[in-house]
Amino acid sequence: MSEQPLFKVTIDNITIEVPAGTTILQAARKIGGEVAPPAMCYYSKLQGSGGKCRTCLVEVSKGSEKDPRPMPKLVASCRTTVMDGMEVKNITSPKVQDARAGVVEFLLLNHPLDCPICDQAGECHLQDLSYEHGKEGTRFEFQKRTFHKVDLGDKIQLHMTRCILCYRCVFTADQLTKEREHGVLDRGDHAQIATFIQKNLQNDFIGNVIDVCPVGALTDKTFRFKNRVWFTKPVDAHRNCSNPDCCGEVQLWMRGDEVFRVTARKDEWGEIKEASNGKTGWICNECRFEKKDVKDWVIEGPTKVNRHSVISQGHYVGVTKPNETFSAVMKGRDPKLLMDIHSVSEVNKPNIELSLLDRPAHSTDFNQS
Amino acid sequence: MQALTNRAKSVDRKPMTFLESIYLWNIFKGMLITFRHIFKKQPTIHYPEQKRPFSPVFRGLHVLNRDEEGRERCTACGLCAVACPAEAITMEAAERVPGEENLYREEKYAARYEINMLRCIFCGLCEEACPKDAIYLSETFAPANFTRTGFIYGKTDLLIPNPKTEAADLAKAKGEL
Repeated sequence: MSEQPLFKVTIDNITIEVPAGTTILQAARKIGGEVAPPAMCYYSKLQGSGGKCRTCLVEVSKGSEKDPRPMPKLVASCRTTVMDGMEVKNITSPKVQDARAGVVEFLLLNHPLDCPICDQAGECHLQDLSYEHGKEGTRFEFQKRTFHKVDLGDKIQLHMTRCILCYRCVFTADQLTKEREHGVLDRGDHAQIATFIQKNLQNDFIGNVIDVCPVGALTDKTFRFKNRVWFTKPVDAHRNCSNPDCCGEVQLWMRGDEVFRVTARKDEWGEIKEASNGKTGWICNECRFEKKDVKDWVIEGPTKVNRHSVISQGHYVGVTKPNETFSAVMKGRDPKLLMDIHSVSEVNKPNIELSLLDRPAHSTDFNQS
Repeated sequence: MQALTNRAKSVDRKPMTFLESIYLWNIFKGMLITFRHIFKKQPTIHYPEQKRPFSPVFRGLHVLNRDEEGRERCTACGLCAVACPAEAITMEAAERVPGEENLYREEKYAARYEINMLRCIFCGLCEEACPKDAIYLSETFAPANFTRTGFIYGKTDLLIPNPKTEAADLAKAKGEL
């Protein structure tokens, strides 16, 4: 491997040396920061992904050292490999920014924009993308394409209206599970992710499609409507999973002592991280859906969240909890009048454990005594 | 030290004259100011009987809005709670089941919605954050009380009367009756 030639590539005036065969997107991610183009369909851990969404378009202003002509059109950086001496423009090119705004407009044509309801809101790549690159308003004057919502098995909810057809979940099911039971049916505007005749998805690792989904099309039914992502606190944890392919290293999304959701750990590009055994940290359905008790897990500590993320709001870092001053001042006497918050508040009643429900909460859950 | 303003006067430490030492003159001067105020316009009002009109941007107690068909607009998206600088708002969401379509506008709704009026600073950021036109600040004061217990407002306190079934109550709340 060591004799593989290193190619010098310049992305937004930053030069880096990468081995031959690296894509522009991977090279840009090596530089990191804003230089890396956004990607909706490309997923480095899935073979064959990429080339569909066109959000990662970049301008190649110099093809290579031997052939310095620029590439005639913008290219998808996730599928284009670097050449020696290539010069790429991403954020420095107004053409790219304009094209990306166009792509976002296309992606949002049929998107229902129901972020207030969607469980993905706050960690949605489409939300980030439209915030960064999208235009305000739409020029689309027609009825949006709609689908009914579908249950893929009893743990995964599919909202086809939110889907951008990135095919990541199809690749995940293909490469991770023994048999794939869902795919893309129909063509063009009618194309949809579906199981044939609503067949259940029962594979052991099928829950990972929730993590790879860049939008809120595939969501966890055990977390559905339970809480907003930014009110839960991500915590790294692990357990010894009996499944040999499952790394057991996860992120718990907690509120107090309640585990609301279990996901795989993600890196700064929103992709599942490598586990400590060097493989990609896919987790099995048992870890994801059934272990909602904090006693099942060994907690390693809070996950580092980018401070620009909404998830970091309200998570104060390095806080020392002040001691109770009352008994110290009053020579050991406890306060005589203490208000129990549960006596005046209806929220978070101790007898209603929403996190333990394996379905969204209904009015019946709240009306019980 | 340099004086900050040209109106500063140094303290007069001369001994008082006879006229000053009986204070009558100064009392008379003070009373003159008092009597002059009897004929001036009163700046205050007798509050519970008289009320001032509210400014159109007054921010009082919150209301949770319903749409024209009487369905709750709130979908428990949590944007008001995340915008709240005082962390006064908490909520719990639930999924609408078939048969509740006339109660809730969207498939997700706030089963519990509470505002702690002791924490609230009436800044109106929740109203600004709401994407569903669900929360508004009304023209009502938060009432005073001796205990803290009554200050956590739940959905029953916040929701406006249903325009379909309680139209009279709604008109009364709006001050139209």
